Amino acid sequence: MRRWLPHPLLTAALTLLWLLLVNALSAGALVLGALLGWLIPFATSRFWPERIRIRHPGVLARFLGVFAVDIVRGSFHVAWLILKGPARLRPTFVEVPLALTTDLAISLLANTISLTPGTVSARLSADKRTLVVHTLDTSDAAALVAEIKQRYEAPLKQIFEEGDA
Amino acid sequence: MTEILLSLFILSGAIFTFVGSLGLARLRDFYTRLHGPTKATTLGVGSLLIASAVHFSLRDEGVSLHEVLVTLFLFMTAPVSAHLLAKAALHLKVKSLAPTPADDRSTPPGAA
Repeated sequence: MRRWLPHPLLTAALTLLWLLLVNALSAGALVLGALLGWLIPFATSRFWPERIRIRHPGVLARFLGVFAVDIVRGSFHVAWLILKGPARLRPTFVEVPLALTTDLAISLLANTISLTPGTVSARLSADKRTLVVHTLDTSDAAALVAEIKQRYEAPLKQIFEEGDA
Repeated sequence: MTEILLSLFILSGAIFTFVGSLGLARLRDFYTRLHGPTKATTLGVGSLLIASAVHFSLRDEGVSLHEVLVTLFLFMTAPVSAHLLAKAALHLKVKSLAPTPADDRSTPPGAA
């Protein structure tokens, strides 16, 4: 099983991606999509060596919800900041100490931070322990770090790393 | 009714995209400028795509989900390019309004 289907999640995702690309649901498209979804993971197995497991789908769903709300809320906030004028902005670099250890979870956290308006992840330290984040307007850096850790990092940790050594 | 709703989506999308571009022009340093186009546009493009998906699903037979793909690819590529731009800027010590963090000297060459 493991040998013949190294990434069941990736296979499912690629099949779905193919169906979306074709923009139609037919037996032929499904077969071709499934075939591609089965073959491509073999070609990319060196890039994703370990199997991805999602441990708490409920937490993932809630995380995506929080993420969507934050994008909308943050967009209004950033738009307002830009319109109000750049003179009063307080841009800051903050360093977020990471509790995450796997590459996938760290990259997802960095992407989440960059997609949420007002923050951009700028650099990951070589030991993968801290993430440098640039923010557009912050008065309380510690509160921001705490928010990132609690809102995004904790659920990601639960979803991808709980139970890992 | 749907048309009014869709127009609202398109309008707000246009406004957010515009504000994002405005940020690019108005903000003062490289790092803050990075926020404009990568952020306000997330919602801007998002609402345009929602409008497009709903419109074409209602007009043609079946649902149109190409837009989901656009969103997906945008959400995968935009943060990566923003991250690389910021990282490169830190590396080149681009002038910044915020005090930049200490150099990460331990970064081995070629590491991302």
